[in-house]
Amino acid sequence: MKYIEEFRDGAVARQLADQIGREALATRSYRLMEFCGGHTHSLWRYGIVQMLPSPVEMIHGPGCPVCVIPIGRLEQAIALARRPGVTLCTFGDMVRVPARDRKSLLTAKSEGADIRMVYGSSDALRFAQEHLSREVVFFAIGFETTTPATAVVVKQAAESGLRNFSVFCNHVLTPSAIDAILGSPDAREGRIQVDGFVGPGHVSTIIGTAPYERFARDHRKPVVVSGFEPLDLMQSILMLVRQLNEGRHEVENEYTRAVVRDGNARAIALVEDVFELRPSFEWRGLGTLPDSALRLREKYSAWDAEKKWDIPYERVPDHKACACGEILRGLKKPSDCKVFGTACTPESPVGSCMVSPEGSCAAYYAYGRLLEKRSKPTNVEG
Amino acid sequence: MASKWNRRLDFGEGRVDMTHGSGGKAMAQLVDELFVAAFDNPLLAKRNDQAMFDVPAGRMVMTTDGYVVSPLFFPGGDIGSLAVHGTINDVAMAGARPLHLAASFILEEGFPLEALKRIVESMAKAARDAGVAIVTGDTKVVEKGKGDGVFITTTGVGLVPPWVVGPSGERARPGDAVIVSGTIGDHGVAILSSREGLAFETSIESDSAPLHELVARMVEVVPDIHVLRDPTRGGLSATLNEIAQQSGVGMLLDERAIPVRGEVTAACELLGIDPLHLANEGKLIAVCAARNAAKLLETMHADPRGRDAAVIGTITEDPHRFVQIDTVFGGKRILDWLVGEALPRIC
Amino acid sequence: MCLALPARVVALHADGTATVSIGGLKKVVSLALVDGVAEGDFVVVHTGFALSKLDPAEAEKTLALLRSAGATTEQLP
Repeated sequence: MKYIEEFRDGAVARQLADQIGREALATRSYRLMEFCGGHTHSLWRYGIVQMLPSPVEMIHGPGCPVCVIPIGRLEQAIALARRPGVTLCTFGDMVRVPARDRKSLLTAKSEGADIRMVYGSSDALRFAQEHLSREVVFFAIGFETTTPATAVVVKQAAESGLRNFSVFCNHVLTPSAIDAILGSPDAREGRIQVDGFVGPGHVSTIIGTAPYERFARDHRKPVVVSGFEPLDLMQSILMLVRQLNEGRHEVENEYTRAVVRDGNARAIALVEDVFELRPSFEWRGLGTLPDSALRLREKYSAWDAEKKWDIPYERVPDHKACACGEILRGLKKPSDCKVFGTACTPESPVGSCMVSPEGSCAAYYAYGRLLEKRSKPTNVEG
Repeated sequence: MASKWNRRLDFGEGRVDMTHGSGGKAMAQLVDELFVAAFDNPLLAKRNDQAMFDVPAGRMVMTTDGYVVSPLFFPGGDIGSLAVHGTINDVAMAGARPLHLAASFILEEGFPLEALKRIVESMAKAARDAGVAIVTGDTKVVEKGKGDGVFITTTGVGLVPPWVVGPSGERARPGDAVIVSGTIGDHGVAILSSREGLAFETSIESDSAPLHELVARMVEVVPDIHVLRDPTRGGLSATLNEIAQQSGVGMLLDERAIPVRGEVTAACELLGIDPLHLANEGKLIAVCAARNAAKLLETMHADPRGRDAAVIGTITEDPHRFVQIDTVFGGKRILDWLVGEALPRIC
Repeated sequence: MCLALPARVVALHADGTATVSIGGLKKVVSLALVDGVAEGDFVVVHTGFALSKLDPAEAEKTLALLRSAGATTEQLP
């Protein structure tokens, strides 16, 4: 597969690992947060974490759109699916995430709710076009990578006057999540220390690299926007190590083959047309954040599932033993969670991080469990 | 000679109805015109409720499987051929030669006879090509909505040649070689490509095939193969983890050595699925002593079902019973069993 | 939001979609988010939509940089 396999070359990987080893100073640590769940997955799947020298520590960030959806929103989706006449179309990623009482979309389906898995927003729209007697709701999730695809189908539905289609919108914004990490009490009081960021690759094909410039400037942290192949990640880590060594804090783009500074103007305009900011939105792990999530604009309210039906939001706290919140903020590692691998496993997950394919806990469990890693000082209490 | 039925069954427009399962004339006609005609062998032709045959002394194996695959027809096969191949293979994994098959059908009211005929003829062909007969069977009909078109259960019996030591899941030993008979993930991708909503075009077909002849050659050359198993649902990862658990061992595989077709890799990349979690219906895993691996492989390569056979790893001592993979990068990762179905993802 | 792959555009269609190929596998994707796409171009595909074009020249530059691990990096915009 062109432009994929070349970026997985094992020999080049070893050279890059050696280079990182040569350039990372033993006298300091390099605590790098990879924001994106896809990056977390790649780091573990290719064993990159084990190839990094000990001064370099990867901290997993909250860029997993499945993980950050709070239980309350998932409960709303389940409530919609249970309504007679409604078909809920969802991405596969959400199907096993536990809501209250370990129920999920999967269990709701087994109890008779009409829930269909789709690969993309167009599939949900097509289903609505082909089943005019059903009320089809698309459970939209995702950061900026996925939002434009939802915008497209909302516009198509509006333009064709398709009344039996609506969107339950849970699109969230990357810069807000980074703000939440860097501006949190944990960060201000030194409980989390992040020296630099591996910036999300595909989010950036849409929003460009410009939005990260204020983090680099105001918080003095380097950001390297990275592709997802293992060589991309290693090169990005090398670039971050260099910036830190040289005292620079700039936004660099490693993923130049797909990302430009200004992003995708057409996609940005479409999103701007269809969506507006929610004043506030609850995120699992990060609390309630202002201006961090999107909802459909008034002119599209006929396609907004929250306007069509009265499904009140009720805040549902995470399971007491679940450390997803702290893991998403970079405060804890999956292995620090008391129930990791015992009460919480992919078969019987307690929290979303274990079931989402991009969740830190899932990645760690699948690929890293019991593989010995040289122990690092982590600035984590308890 | 006049047909004993007043009217032939309408395989063009006709559908299964409740009379076809009620034990009366309609059912007898369905059995006669469709099943007995297609499966065509002397034992079945007797139309008894059971088949009687001589059995030599020695070890017999018996296996049964239900087939509920959806969609019923997919590139490279259908539920019928799958039902024949799958059960023949379960018999073969004991090192045994399949003797006979039994097939029972649960049909949903309203199922088109045209589709049923295609399925039955496909089964008949699969059985004929494999040299194994379907000697007895059963048919039931359930009300519309209570079945998914057709469910098939096949039972197979076979005989283990006296010189075969008897492969079994708990016999893998540290140092043994782990061999796969060919490319992984083909069936899984063929099924996914024909499911609604995933919409990709591929030339990948199911690898559904009978493996008893391959196995016969293998056990002749190496009578003491420690484990034989076919990685169906759950894929290679489930099968290898099962063996690791049963034998109390670990495994170390070489990612580069596992044969996967380019398009299967691409489909898995696109859907975010690991090919090692996908079903295979015409492949087997063999675990044998290291000293036997080379000649086993040579024998497999000489068989059409074993052309792409490869050694993919070794059995290790491991109290954790982990199946580990050496990645292309030289790091290791754990190959875990899949939880539930392999679902396409966007993340 | 991560699972996006580079794919080669094999055929353009009148309705704003295109058939793309990834490793021989073909899929129809929407071009609603990109313009100026021609046959033979590469695009990054996510949930059935092309998100952006992939720039082969930049891809080659990146590969060259990766392969010369040990060379100094240039600061890219």
